[in-house]
Amino acid sequence: MTSTAGVPPVAPEPVVDGETSRRRGWGWLLLVPGMLWLAVFFLFPTVQLVFTSLYDPSGSYETGYAMTWHFGNYADAVRDNFTLFVRSFMYAGIATVICLSLGYPLAYAIAFKAGRWKNFMLVLVIAPFFTSFLLRTLSWRTILSDQGPVTSFLQTIAVLPDDGRLLATPVAVIAGLVYNFMPFMTLPLYASLDKVDYRLIEAAGDLYSSPLTGFRRVTFPLSLPGVVSGTLLTFIPACGDYINAELLGTPKQYMVGNRIQAAFLTEHNYPLAASLSIILMAVVVLMVVFYVRRAGTEELV
Amino acid sequence: MAETSGDLRFEGITKKFGDFVAVDDLDLTVPQGSFFALLGPSGCGKTTSLRMAAGLEEPTAGRVLIGETDITGLRPYKRPVNTVFQSYALFPHLTIFDNVAFGLRRRGVQDFKKKTQDMLELVQLDGYAARKPTQLSGGQQQRVALARALVNEPGVLLLDEPLGALDLKLRRQMQIELKRIQTDVGITFVHVTHDQEEAMTMADTIAVMNHGVIEQMGTPAELYENPRTTFVANFLGQSNLIMATVTGRSGDSLVVDCEGQTIEVEASRSHVESGRAWLGVRPEKLTAVPTGREDHAGANVLTGGKVSDVSFVGVSTQYLVAMPWGEELMVFQQNTGQHTPLGHGDTVDLVWSPGHAFLLDAKQDAHAGMMTPEDDE
Repeated sequence: MTSTAGVPPVAPEPVVDGETSRRRGWGWLLLVPGMLWLAVFFLFPTVQLVFTSLYDPSGSYETGYAMTWHFGNYADAVRDNFTLFVRSFMYAGIATVICLSLGYPLAYAIAFKAGRWKNFMLVLVIAPFFTSFLLRTLSWRTILSDQGPVTSFLQTIAVLPDDGRLLATPVAVIAGLVYNFMPFMTLPLYASLDKVDYRLIEAAGDLYSSPLTGFRRVTFPLSLPGVVSGTLLTFIPACGDYINAELLGTPKQYMVGNRIQAAFLTEHNYPLAASLSIILMAVVVLMVVFYVRRAGTEELV
Repeated sequence: MAETSGDLRFEGITKKFGDFVAVDDLDLTVPQGSFFALLGPSGCGKTTSLRMAAGLEEPTAGRVLIGETDITGLRPYKRPVNTVFQSYALFPHLTIFDNVAFGLRRRGVQDFKKKTQDMLELVQLDGYAARKPTQLSGGQQQRVALARALVNEPGVLLLDEPLGALDLKLRRQMQIELKRIQTDVGITFVHVTHDQEEAMTMADTIAVMNHGVIEQMGTPAELYENPRTTFVANFLGQSNLIMATVTGRSGDSLVVDCEGQTIEVEASRSHVESGRAWLGVRPEKLTAVPTGREDHAGANVLTGGKVSDVSFVGVSTQYLVAMPWGEELMVFQQNTGQHTPLGHGDTVDLVWSPGHAFLLDAKQDAHAGMMTPEDDE
């Protein structure tokens, strides 16, 4: 045993024989359908979108747009819609934080405390997906309506003033975002918490950690991959969402998504819609890269 | 923090899981500074007992004490006890250094860096401090788990099948290593295992557990030489058990009738007074000699055997000898050159000294505690 101390063992290079490399060649073939799909339905439209964003903005739906490499579209889009961008990231950020603080205890309970109710509770988390996204959001209009139970209850306990309302406020839009993206937060959290070996938590207790310290030092760090993927799966689509603002808010609560949708489908101002889309995409990608770097998930096992 | 030294005591400990009684009214004292083994087959309650000492399981009844301090109600993190888990349970997100320093940091020990470094040296892993557990071999992980527990200088160190995941050669090496470390640090070790050889190699005292109770407790030699039950006789090593009847007394010995032949057994090794009994003799205590060859004055002799199988295993030769009443007895003979090699079909007498047999209750199952192939891993 003494001879090996301090000397890291060197792993031998795996020997690749002809058989394995041939098999690997076949493995790549399996990627072809997926790659084709991505090329046709993602890569091509993205390139198309970049071109559209550089069309001459003075064109119209009727007369058509000329390609003029008009980079000014981006500056115009940001200048005219700056508050929309800020509002989108704020709403999405707040919704993500709320989702995390509600989803974590839920996922923790399902993973560690649910016992034989585990599968049942998981089905409950997924159950909303059985109804349409639109229908569920519409029903929140009823729940949050001025005469609805939630509003009157909050008025009774004097959290809301008597003429206060929930519908058509930022609260309603954020509540809608939280509700709609909750499963995207809960499921990855559950998946990573469920993988945490309970014996590690016992070991932390054995090594002088109170339950809270044990959670902070062992359980939470081990669930970080779930936290990262959960927050990404919530934040990214929430940034581009427009249904919640449309159905539960007013133009005062509109997000970037609403503007893009209007520019594309109502105003047919394609250059504006395209440059807004690309800016949104770029900013989200930058934020995600920064966040993942900070969280250091590549370090995690 | 509770008092950190003293004997570990179990007083009337019972643990039930629903209707299943895992540990049944257990009284046990583990003397301070000893290497104590809890030995038994899986499901005998040994791990449950260990977990109750660690605070990971709450007893249904009874008390756990260290010295005079009652720790029954203390949460695990408040007990002066550390555990080496069966699966090691190393924190995968922390380096080896951080794993070992974990307990010291939680208690706010100031010079945790030096203590951790010293402990890594003790287990010969000082070059590995910056690695992650997954980058280490099984044996190295095992030593990290040991270091992580030992560095806290607990009153009692609990080891739950610590060598179970290692291959045979490494296990032998670690047995010696563990024994050396225990002697060095002088901390009480409570070692749970199903491997009788491991328990006998390392422990000062062994408690053999079966069905939630302790069958017998003593030094490895006491348990091996003078088992009190058929379970202990079979679980530790191998035994020949022959049905016999006690017929009288002669001085310090009991006289028994064994299929018509008269045998003497020392009274101190007889766990029945009269009537039917199992006469037990270890295979290596028996000598097989060709019939009528020698005078066996003062020794016990069973005549009329016939060699039915011979296996040469290097240091010894193992014989199966068929007796006139149909039973086959095992005989292990050292290959020292003093014994005449026997062949298949030879007629032999089996000879042993009266101080080498033992007498057990005939109501016990003669097959209790025998290893089935799947247990013996």
